[in-house]
Amino acid sequence: MSFEHRHLLGIEPLKPHEITAILDLADDYVALNRRPEKHSDVLAGLTQINMFFENSTRTQASFELAGKRLGADVMNMAMQASSIKKGETLIDTAMTLNAMHPDLLVVRHPHSGAVDLLAQKVNCAVLNAGDGKHEHPTQALLDALTIRRSKGRLHRLNIAICGDIAHSRVARSNLILLGKMENRIRLIGPPTLVPGQFAEFGAEIYDDMREGLKDVDVVMMLRLQKERMDGGFIPSEREYYHRYGLDAEKLALAKPDAIVMHPGPMNRGVEIDGTLADDINRSVIQEQVEMGVAVRMAAMDLLARNLRAERQASNQSRAG
Amino acid sequence: MSTLFINARLIDPEAGTDSPGAVLVRNGRIAAVEKDAANPAQMLQALGIAPEDVTKVDCGGKCLAPGIVDIGVKVCEPGERHKESYKSAGLAAAAGGVTTIVTRPDTTPAIDSPESLEFVTRRAQSDAPVNVLPMAALTKGRDGREMTEIGFLMDAGAVAFSDCDHVVSNTKVFQRALTYARSCGALVIAHPQEPVLSKGAAATSGKFAALYGLPAVSPMAERMGLDRDIALLEMTGAKYHADQITTARALPALERAKANGLDITAGTSIHHLTLNELDVAGYRSFFKVKPPLRSEDDRLAVVEAVRTGLIDTISSMHTPQDEESKRLPFEEAAAGAVALETLLPAALRLYHAELLDLPTLFRAMSLNPARRLGLESGRLAAGTPADLVLFDADVPFVLDRFKLRSKSQNTPYDGQRMQGRVEATYVAGEPVYRRD
Repeated sequence: MSFEHRHLLGIEPLKPHEITAILDLADDYVALNRRPEKHSDVLAGLTQINMFFENSTRTQASFELAGKRLGADVMNMAMQASSIKKGETLIDTAMTLNAMHPDLLVVRHPHSGAVDLLAQKVNCAVLNAGDGKHEHPTQALLDALTIRRSKGRLHRLNIAICGDIAHSRVARSNLILLGKMENRIRLIGPPTLVPGQFAEFGAEIYDDMREGLKDVDVVMMLRLQKERMDGGFIPSEREYYHRYGLDAEKLALAKPDAIVMHPGPMNRGVEIDGTLADDINRSVIQEQVEMGVAVRMAAMDLLARNLRAERQASNQSRAG
Repeated sequence: MSTLFINARLIDPEAGTDSPGAVLVRNGRIAAVEKDAANPAQMLQALGIAPEDVTKVDCGGKCLAPGIVDIGVKVCEPGERHKESYKSAGLAAAAGGVTTIVTRPDTTPAIDSPESLEFVTRRAQSDAPVNVLPMAALTKGRDGREMTEIGFLMDAGAVAFSDCDHVVSNTKVFQRALTYARSCGALVIAHPQEPVLSKGAAATSGKFAALYGLPAVSPMAERMGLDRDIALLEMTGAKYHADQITTARALPALERAKANGLDITAGTSIHHLTLNELDVAGYRSFFKVKPPLRSEDDRLAVVEAVRTGLIDTISSMHTPQDEESKRLPFEEAAAGAVALETLLPAALRLYHAELLDLPTLFRAMSLNPARRLGLESGRLAAGTPADLVLFDADVPFVLDRFKLRSKSQNTPYDGQRMQGRVEATYVAGEPVYRRD
């Protein structure tokens, strides 16, 4: 299996076969997670630190569970409450962490590029759990796994990503990943939330949701990121729901077996109809959460293998 | 005391020539310039000077040009002397062939009173080996509400008035300031930008900013700012210079304003001429400048505008920042780059790329800025101050930022291959820098 990266900072540096490698391993972990005895020791002895500079419940819990199931010592640091308020810079925080000898560092930060910056300064594997409006690679990987298991393949699918693309790191990572795997991607949303530049990445852009949903295999809804918006991007939530909220009527335009996805947390009645979100025949939202743990286990497993190989090599060269 | 520069390649921006020749300097001024038939002996004879009274400098075929006049240099005194002092900026300027620095008033506090201007002048005179001409703020505290004492400030030596990167967003205040400045004959230097659109932007909108998830501003914001300022010039008739024109979209408006006879000139920065938005790749905060780096199409359009003379001046927009303010996530990192020492080598990239010839470069770096400020310098002509730069246009080197003389080393060119280096710099005929 080839996965030659020290960090998982984004989907952009990954090659298609590396994406497949993560997903294949994640499939094994899905099976493990469904067993009554769901424990492995592949990360035993390693320390995983979750550093979240931005509020998160779901992603942090998912990474924590993934680490614990693989036997790592997991620590959560809620950075929002601590040093950042005392004026410590990101680099100082990195130096402090280095002294604690972590092996896996899971970072979420409100600024694009902050996780890359941190990765340059620490001696361990860094996983990007979301940086600003840039990337959220494990979310894209779990979405890919969900699609692959549900559709039986991850290529030549028509996939619609709908809603607040502009503020979404999930959309960027998905756009890159699904593009690398050779799918057709449509971006649907009001032009204030769908930057036209994305057309240059090969996506088709629709501001009419009904037109955009025609014959798609997958409908990915995004959360309206009210906390990232400064100023009016949409006139009101009710008009947004009317034009861009996913309901049964709009979904009827997609293929009959189209699946509905959402990275969570959902704004019911804003971007998605509550009943539809709960419809187990169409919605794979719960499955996405399950795949999230497995994908994160796979990613950390692969990075830990590289980390151990690297350390072994440096020990040998020192001995020699 | 006379100095004779022989065997030089003379770059004369006024005549637009690049030719072998000699220059005689006497009492701090250029006494004679001899092109083509470079026979120094005849030159001395004609002026009635005995050869033994003259110090000869053999230029070895290297370029001799009028020293650079750099409008918009930030020296961080008062307030942030740890980033740059008059001494360090002066040494950097001398090493970069910059013989006159025109300082920005965006210090802490801003230079907005005759008293604070006097402090700057005193510091500059005692510490800097090159000419220092201060600018003053256009409005008090650069906050765009009340104009400064433009008359008193001019008496104290202010050569231009600028709120730097703060746009005077209140159009009425700006109109009054322009009207008043006109009555004093003062030059106003503004930052053409639509302030609301560009607020918080760290990149230029486009494919790159979309991919990197950075807050971005449309290049159109520059044109909107320029359009407003041009309309105000039509109303007020003020003397105006746009500090940085960096986009293709702003150029037609500038061209029309000039054709309509308004008293308008424009500059651009060396960074926008030599770098583009893709250089930021990997969130390198040393490439964060204001306005943000543009697309390659914009860069080439701006280079062409310098060639035709539509854009008048090139400046370093020297902005020292310490490591702490740059080692942050890109959005949070401070904007600006040091450039006094790299201005000439970077500009020579345009020469080696065959986009601009040397007289054109020195027209934009020396002649035009001096003219706009009403200075005698910037020319290679008898009677003008002997502010000169001697440089080798071709020698290659790799830039090491830790060898820069500025107190701050935030240069985007670190580790890059450059071609062309200053050999010596003269202010009023006296050497202020010699490469060791």
